[in-house]
Amino acid sequence: MENTVNIYLYGKKYEVPASLTVMGAMEYAGYQLVRGCGCRNGFCGACATIYRIKGERELKVCLACQTKVENDMYIATLPFFPLVKQVYDIEKISPEEQIMMQLYPEIYACIGCNACTKACTQGLNVMQYIAYAQRGEYEKCAEASFDCVMCGVCSARCPAGISHPQVALLCRRLNGKYLAPKSRHLEDRVREIRNGDFEELLRGLMGKPLEEMKELYNNREIEK
Amino acid sequence: MDREEMKESMAAVEARRKENAEAEPRRMSAEEKEALLAAYHPDYKRSMFTPLAVGPNKGESVPKELAALLQANSRIDPEKVNLSVPDFDDDVLVIGGGGAGASAAIEAKRAGARVRLVTKLRLGDANTVMAEGGIQAADKPNDSPAIHYLDAFGGGHFAAKPELLYRLVSEAPEAIQWLSDLGVEFDKAPDGTMITTHGGGTSRKRMHAAKDYSGAEIMRTLRDEVLNLEIPVVDFTAAVELILDEEGRAAGAVLLNMETKELLVARAKTVILATGGAGRLHYQGFPTSNHYGATADGLILGYRVGARLLYPDTLQYHPTGAAFPEQILGALVTEKVRSLGAKLVNREGEVFVHPLETRDVCAAAIIRECGERKKGIATGSGEGVWLDTPMIELKNGEGTVEKRIPAMLRMFAKYGIDIRKEPILVYPTLHYQNGGLDISPDGSCPNVENLYAAGEAVGGIHGRNRLMGNSLLDIIVFGRGAGKAAAEKARTATPGKLTLAHVKRFDEERKAAGIETNEVSPRLLPTYTHGNPRLEGQGKAF
Repeated sequence: MENTVNIYLYGKKYEVPASLTVMGAMEYAGYQLVRGCGCRNGFCGACATIYRIKGERELKVCLACQTKVENDMYIATLPFFPLVKQVYDIEKISPEEQIMMQLYPEIYACIGCNACTKACTQGLNVMQYIAYAQRGEYEKCAEASFDCVMCGVCSARCPAGISHPQVALLCRRLNGKYLAPKSRHLEDRVREIRNGDFEELLRGLMGKPLEEMKELYNNREIEK
Repeated sequence: MDREEMKESMAAVEARRKENAEAEPRRMSAEEKEALLAAYHPDYKRSMFTPLAVGPNKGESVPKELAALLQANSRIDPEKVNLSVPDFDDDVLVIGGGGAGASAAIEAKRAGARVRLVTKLRLGDANTVMAEGGIQAADKPNDSPAIHYLDAFGGGHFAAKPELLYRLVSEAPEAIQWLSDLGVEFDKAPDGTMITTHGGGTSRKRMHAAKDYSGAEIMRTLRDEVLNLEIPVVDFTAAVELILDEEGRAAGAVLLNMETKELLVARAKTVILATGGAGRLHYQGFPTSNHYGATADGLILGYRVGARLLYPDTLQYHPTGAAFPEQILGALVTEKVRSLGAKLVNREGEVFVHPLETRDVCAAAIIRECGERKKGIATGSGEGVWLDTPMIELKNGEGTVEKRIPAMLRMFAKYGIDIRKEPILVYPTLHYQNGGLDISPDGSCPNVENLYAAGEAVGGIHGRNRLMGNSLLDIIVFGRGAGKAAAEKARTATPGKLTLAHVKRFDEERKAAGIETNEVSPRLLPTYTHGNPRLEGQGKAF
């Protein structure tokens, strides 16, 4: 028999192989997951989980798909958290300081407890990116929050009721649309295509017999 | 697993790293590639395929696991579903909440349609969110849509439908601009020039990325926009059958609440299937890089109403799925790792294939290396080869890994592996469904009126193999296209009386063909028990 550990799913004890992730352990125990399971690879934030090791005081957080079980782990999943998502028209807002005051004024009520940062399953400096958002430094907020998977654990721990992932998403969209430098070559190419500049070349290629296409493909020049 | 052997091999890799990093491996000739694929690629293992006995593709071979579902029992008894009082009544019904479904919903809404999106899990729970490496578009001065076309057409073994590929490459730059205008961030130089790299099989550097969270960045923005447009989203609700009208035109779907199991009826003037891929069917026992919900549902739904499948016998095995540690078996190690300079190396420290051959060729080469050539490394749960990640910073300087592939750094760091210092073990993982529903360039299914499809559920855009970065592209181009076309069609469509007679008819065809099975479909979710002896063999399924 391989190594096993005892875990407690919502308080109920199960013995599971020590090599499993928290998500795998739930399935081993017999759960057919519907909630709390998404990409299973750490990108989607569906499987936010809180746990405490028996006898320890600290409440820990993780993504269930990315974390190995430990002995005496008390586990509760957080498959949904009611984040505040404000509706806005991306075409009509502008990347100025007052937009945060209008949409997410609660960020100014941050008391600096840093619980969000301690809770981040991605190890981000959440309180810092909220500080950037408060100051209208949206580019910095976008960069510092980039790896956010929107699991919502930060917000679950926040005494000020801030929906950090939504604030960060707004900053990234403002940055992507308004603040980041424009790509001239992209704009040029879109115009050229609309203008029909490549039409003849492309249609000509599509009309070629298979043997000629193979010849062209197998001998095409590859950029170093 | 023999840790000593692993360490010894790792030392051999390290000893040859500098020399390996500097040498440019030879690319294979067309003949060498063909022979390699025929001998080692899973698509060529004919014993794993079976011909279909009923339906539009009768007589054609598909993976056994897919055949079982295409020819399975319906989840519903059509006579017990009350179609006369629909729970939802809209112009456009989008089934699927990934990148294609979200793009379709956004465009349909902008075109003025009343649109509703239903999705089996949450909005955004899809393969899109897991796409790491990037999105292709020929927008650099040394590139053109024609070169993009040639790369994709050849990479797909000259099997793509030309009109679909034409649309893909022609609308690629516009797709990037559309995303950028929505606020999607792309890696750019200070002057705004897109930072682009190669993918396997590209002849120009046209891979645009948002670090190695490219799909996540696109998906979270699209989701936010769906919510901003206040499009009604019905989550945790799967489509289990399409509804037709008496003329045989698509007119809605029977929905299943995944939690309460309640059945609902959605009526619509047009329907878009954007249900995604099939990795969770684990063809030929492969692990997968796919999302939990990737169970080919749209293929099943479409097939039962007479929609044809194109190339359902071809799958993509991504060459670099994680092979170690066991907890992340099959997880995607983005191709961008190779784009940035990491090479594939065997147990003895030899580079055995050019790292940027197309995915099918790289995957077959790894299978050969571990199989016939016996130069793989035992991992405990199987075998793998080295992906020599420390080469990246050797080539591009310190800090590159953290800046360009932070998700990969994080994924392995959780298991005590620093990919900047140590190579990682990889083996092919089931990654993408090359085939799917046959569509016209506007996204419509040719033989079922008012039915559209977009995204991974579609076949024919890429032929028999897809290049990296062309899937994130196709979900945007064809998702938008289907949304616009379905909204336009909905203006004039006048659905007749709703019916599920086709479900009964399909069932009779199955019986006439002698098919007897307890299987029901669509599968909706896989069931995992991780070898628990108390649960094995109970036939428990969602």
